[in-house]
Amino acid sequence: MKNYLLRHLQNFFGSLGSMSRQPVSTAMTVAVIGIALALPSALHIMVRNGTAVSGGWEHIRNFSVYLVPGTSLDYAQRLAGEIQQQQPVQSVTVISAEQAFEELQNSAGFGDVMNTLEDNPLPHTLVVQPTADAPPAALRQMEAELLTQKEVDLVKLDTDWVNRLNAGLDLVQRLVWIAAVLLIGAVIVITGNTIRLDIQNRRAEIEVSKLLGATDAFVRRPFLYIGFWYGLFGSCFALVLLGAGFLLLNGPAERLSSLYGGAFHLMGMDRSTAMAVFGGGLLAGLGGAWSAVARHLADIQPRV
Amino acid sequence: MIRFENVSKRYEGGHEALRNVSLHIQRRELAFLTGHSGAGKSTLLKLIALIERPTRGQVLVDGRNIGRLPDRQVPGHRRRIGMVFQDHKLLEDRSVFENMALPLVIGGVGNREISRRVRAALDQVGLLDKEKKTPRTLSTGEQQRVGIARAIVTRPGLLIADEPTGNLDPELSLEIMQLFRRLNEVGVTMLIATHDLELVERIGGRRIVLTDGQTAGSS
Ligand SMILES: Nc1ncnc2c1ncn2[C@@H]1O[C@H](COP(=O)(O)OP(=O)(O)OP(=O)(O)O)[C@@H](O)[C@H]1O
Ligand SMILES: [Mg+2]
Repeated sequence: MKNYLLRHLQNFFGSLGSMSRQPVSTAMTVAVIGIALALPSALHIMVRNGTAVSGGWEHIRNFSVYLVPGTSLDYAQRLAGEIQQQQPVQSVTVISAEQAFEELQNSAGFGDVMNTLEDNPLPHTLVVQPTADAPPAALRQMEAELLTQKEVDLVKLDTDWVNRLNAGLDLVQRLVWIAAVLLIGAVIVITGNTIRLDIQNRRAEIEVSKLLGATDAFVRRPFLYIGFWYGLFGSCFALVLLGAGFLLLNGPAERLSSLYGGAFHLMGMDRSTAMAVFGGGLLAGLGGAWSAVARHLADIQPRV
Repeated sequence: MIRFENVSKRYEGGHEALRNVSLHIQRRELAFLTGHSGAGKSTLLKLIALIERPTRGQVLVDGRNIGRLPDRQVPGHRRRIGMVFQDHKLLEDRSVFENMALPLVIGGVGNREISRRVRAALDQVGLLDKEKKTPRTLSTGEQQRVGIARAIVTRPGLLIADEPTGNLDPELSLEIMQLFRRLNEVGVTMLIATHDLELVERIGGRRIVLTDGQTAGSS
């Protein structure tokens, strides 16, 4: 039993030696696997960033409630109090018609126009800031309820574009999955082909081993180990590529972000994506090795 | 040890290489298989090693009917017999030691035991100082001796050899045959296919003659 384990370990690391004897083809296979794994992962990370950014904007979707002109400030304050009581609301600010008027007067370009006006045409306005986790549906219901009040003229609640963005991101995420499946399929084919060549190169060894009584499992093992190593190194290379990509994009992203008041930060690799890269890599490496071994090892029968 | 009962072997393509062969080789016997080229000597040995399967009849090795052995039991069967080939079938990219170790690795023997057994087998064929060389750097006779050492390193009870001296000059051939003789004396059953009748005379041992796939005589 101890011998058996020891032998496996030797085999396991011995297969590294046989790969290092063909450094160019090994490096190329590893590179191709790495790139194929990095592509869908990069897309996935982009979607995650997109989701985070759109999430950030969703949180600042204040909406404004315009009252019918001539409604008393008293009423405005009472309504503000009522809204404040509601579940998805964090704060309500009342902007009186006078305040709004002054603001417009002071802002460049409008001052003169405002001065020509005799009456203040502006209504009182409530600015509602929902809580961060307020579901869009609840907000829409609030909008409907407010509009039933005869003193409420208009509610400006715009979540549609956020919904559209999210739907777009869902679509891209679906594309990521399709790309991942296709590329892992490609990796299986690539690894399978590399290992097929490997099997051909070691034909003499396989034949002699079979003559000396090697079981199929014995003959198969080193090739499966090679598939494992391809998968592992390919995954590592994919992580290196993704890390490099992150470093390249992070600087410009921070600069862009600072222009928007530091509204977002580029997210890199998360644990589950890293695990998916390794899982995909190992699956592809072992799968490729298995398919090559299943198809080509049986063909090699000793000729005497 | 080996028993053929009305064995026929027809290759794909219709050629009948063995026809109704019956023979019996005792445990610890030294037997030579002779006959003209194409008589079926190699075919007979291949049936014993399960490189080919008999078309008809029974091949028994150690009392087991191996003709119907399922594929997955073939490796185990091969590990119990030693085989020597005319072209020795050594791996060129491995040292003598590694070549010799291969059947032991396949058999699951531990590292220390492998070194011990490889050296013992190399000692038996007088090549103890060559373990680090590759086969290509050895003479033909030395290569053949390594091939024999590899066949006995697992200490099989039965050794089959297909023209082990086919490429060697008379002197080397005699040396190899004497080596077989010695191995036989320590208890290994042997079946050796050869063209070299003169050599068989000198070594002495049972002769089985094949003619056109049939046993013509046994002495
Ligand atoms: N794989 C094969 N397929 C078809 N026919 C074969 C095959 N192997 C051998 N034969 C035929 O079977 C016959 C016996 O061949 P075998 O190799 O057993 O002869 P042999 O006695 O070993 O001859 P030699 O002394 O030349 O080695 C020959 O006629 C050969 O052509
Ligand atoms: Mg022959």
